[in-house]
Amino acid sequence: MEYVIEMLGIRKQFGDFVANDNITLQLKKGEIHALLGENGAGKSTLMNVLFGLYQPEAGSIKVHGKEVKITDPNKANDLGIGMVHQHFMLVENFTVTENIILGSEPTKMGSINIRDAAKKVQELSEKYGLNVDANAKIEDISVGMQQRVEILKTLYRGAEILIFDEPTASLTPQEITELMQIMKRLIDEGKSIILITHKLKEIMEVSDRVTIIRKGKGIGTVVTADTNPDQLAEMMVGRQVVFKTEKVEAKPTDIVLNIQNLTVADNRGVDKVKNLNLTVRAGEIVGIAGIDGNGQSELIEAITGLRKVKKGTITLKGKNITGFKPRKITEAGIGHIPQDRHKHGLVLDFPISHNIVLQTYYQKPISKAGIIDYKKVNDFAKKIIHEYDVRTPGEMTLARALSGGNQQKAIIGREIERDPELLIAALPTRGLDVGAIEFIHKRLIEQRDKGKAVLLISFELDEVMNVSDSIAVIHDGSIIDRVLPHETSEQDLGLLMAGQKLHQDSKKVGDE
Amino acid sequence: MSKRLTNILVPLISILLGIIVGAIVMAISGFSPVDGYIALWNGVFGNTYNIGETIRQITPYVFAGLAVAFAFRTGLFNIGVEGQLIVGWLAAAYVGYAFDLPKIVHIPLALLAAAVAGGLWAFIPGLLKAKLQVHEVIVTIMMNYIALHVVNATIATLSDGEKTEKIHETASLRSPFLESITDYSRLHWGFIIAILAVIIMWFILEKTTRGYELKSVGFNQHASEYAGMNVSKNIILAMVISGIFAGLGGAMEALGTFGNISKMTAFTGIGFDGIAVALLGANQPFGVLLGAMLFGSLKNGGLNMPNEAGIPVEIVSIVIALIIFFVASGYIIRVALERISKKKKEEK
Repeated sequence: MEYVIEMLGIRKQFGDFVANDNITLQLKKGEIHALLGENGAGKSTLMNVLFGLYQPEAGSIKVHGKEVKITDPNKANDLGIGMVHQHFMLVENFTVTENIILGSEPTKMGSINIRDAAKKVQELSEKYGLNVDANAKIEDISVGMQQRVEILKTLYRGAEILIFDEPTASLTPQEITELMQIMKRLIDEGKSIILITHKLKEIMEVSDRVTIIRKGKGIGTVVTADTNPDQLAEMMVGRQVVFKTEKVEAKPTDIVLNIQNLTVADNRGVDKVKNLNLTVRAGEIVGIAGIDGNGQSELIEAITGLRKVKKGTITLKGKNITGFKPRKITEAGIGHIPQDRHKHGLVLDFPISHNIVLQTYYQKPISKAGIIDYKKVNDFAKKIIHEYDVRTPGEMTLARALSGGNQQKAIIGREIERDPELLIAALPTRGLDVGAIEFIHKRLIEQRDKGKAVLLISFELDEVMNVSDSIAVIHDGSIIDRVLPHETSEQDLGLLMAGQKLHQDSKKVGDE
Repeated sequence: MSKRLTNILVPLISILLGIIVGAIVMAISGFSPVDGYIALWNGVFGNTYNIGETIRQITPYVFAGLAVAFAFRTGLFNIGVEGQLIVGWLAAAYVGYAFDLPKIVHIPLALLAAAVAGGLWAFIPGLLKAKLQVHEVIVTIMMNYIALHVVNATIATLSDGEKTEKIHETASLRSPFLESITDYSRLHWGFIIAILAVIIMWFILEKTTRGYELKSVGFNQHASEYAGMNVSKNIILAMVISGIFAGLGGAMEALGTFGNISKMTAFTGIGFDGIAVALLGANQPFGVLLGAMLFGSLKNGGLNMPNEAGIPVEIVSIVIALIIFFVASGYIIRVALERISKKKKEEK
């Protein structure tokens, strides 16, 4: 069998840290080859070696059986290797075509020949069924479309081998399905694909073979058809992983959070939360299921005091906290794992230890009379780092230098350690691998078992179904139904999220 | 190459390169570089008078550098140090001659007046930034011009001529003792206050909850808001503290060096040099002290070069600027050193 790319015994080291240790990856022509590994396992490093951004210390790369040295991304382009980045590299106010030709603009007598380029882009788009309008502006198209522009960019430059770096991280379920179809189409047209991911479901669905790496070492390559998610997870994490989160029956008691007729507007003044009612009791996890943009962000921001409440009341354990400042709300007993950990969750340029006291730095015993005892801060940070398995060189490492999963564990440690009456977890596992997800779910359930209230916001149906004791479906700013996970199917939940009321329909059926 | 060795080598090589290029400039212009540098050295360390004057020159640079560095560390770019310094100068001079008080009250009161004046001048850009998101660079630049002309007009009103009265003895930082050991230089006790200011800045930023908040807001306003900090208040406060340092720098000139304030035809330049001092010191308080020492020494030593070596002031300015330029480009030298050591490694 002919390999289009062979990476043999690749080793890449940063100082004393070995990111890739003797990793071998062989890509057959016309296959989708998944590269599976936890956050920080060395997937991106390996791909950056292939893309010419890093030079390996040992090992060799062969393209079409010929050994090559890939010194920079341009060289990779010339060899027909294209990368679809996780974070899109697009100019917002340029058109699709302008973005695609950026860096290799075709010129005709000194001026850019945009019309021919647009034609070529449109042809490529049709050939691969991408359905992209070559003249649309990036800022006007959806995230899924922007990703297709990235795909087009590599195709336009003549890529035969496409690397997809965590392509589904920011897509909706619908867009993910479409992306899978596009990938299959690309294979039919003779391309080969390396898919970097830690989502087992996607691997099972779309890939032909899987190469697994763990902590920088190559664990092996398996044929997807001969394996199953459990085996893959075990190979990736190095131990057995429980998918179905184990938990005992919830014993909800008093109402902790009570939201009545809440209306909240977004920055443009448009009502995003409309007359919303919601209660969360002590000892239960309430999951909010909904499609992104149905008012979830505004709801959380209103509860935590980051956004003004237009109408309605929010009470915590019977105490009205509507319109309170964030600090008062935090002190009243709300913990918040924010959905954007870089924007709200962490001061990235602070060491991890400083971040761990972000809401408690002014309280005893951490500080007295306005003076912070940094020894206590560091001791406390060490404790959190240890208990929450935050993998970092030390407590004085900048938060920026940690991987996403470890940043998230630090935030979760910080929030849970304050032992809040209500813990709000907004997309707590976004972008994390199965090991970290399992860990975080366990911690949320622990809080519940301790008799605390947990409000979970997630776009992942699996997560909502698995972790919640009760599901509130949000649509267009209101809770349109409240269901129990074991009485509901994913299909029903999907319909509810799309705004269809189930019970009325079923009643009608019963009446007839 | 070990990290420690690099850390020592980089500043040394930078200064050496600056001296070499400065020498070339002097040689091309037809002056003896050796005579020039001997004159520079003598201007800094040559005798007790020059040493006294050098320390005096360093003092306001410390304050200006701290003012800029403090703002930097809290996410702000205070270009208005010059203006804040001038209003501080005027306030200290006014309190210095307008009141009759015992020394133990008079000096602190004059310093306080300078701090309040500088702080108020910085409060305005701070407020506009915090409440209306007006960029502080624009406002502080404009506040500099306002300060210059307001101060000149005030001097004209307060006095009948070009400068205010001399401050009373009770407000002066000068002392017969310092004069006696430095051959009647203008050295005054301000350098002690400057060192205290360095320690205070370090303490605020590295030890207090307030410093934690100021830095946090400087790095990430969203996370600070999430954590319950008052973002607007911290922005304004950061600017005001920066302005207080600047104002105190002005007080050094009023209560120490000059004993009054004269009408100015142009900016003093101390505030702007403060930006370079802060950057030389990597915005660290003790680094600022070192940066100010380099800056002040070169400035004061340079004064001796026309007298002793006959080199025109313009050439002196170029040579001094070159030395500072190379020190500030330490980064380039660091990269070059790393390249060389890497190559050696590969050859092995």
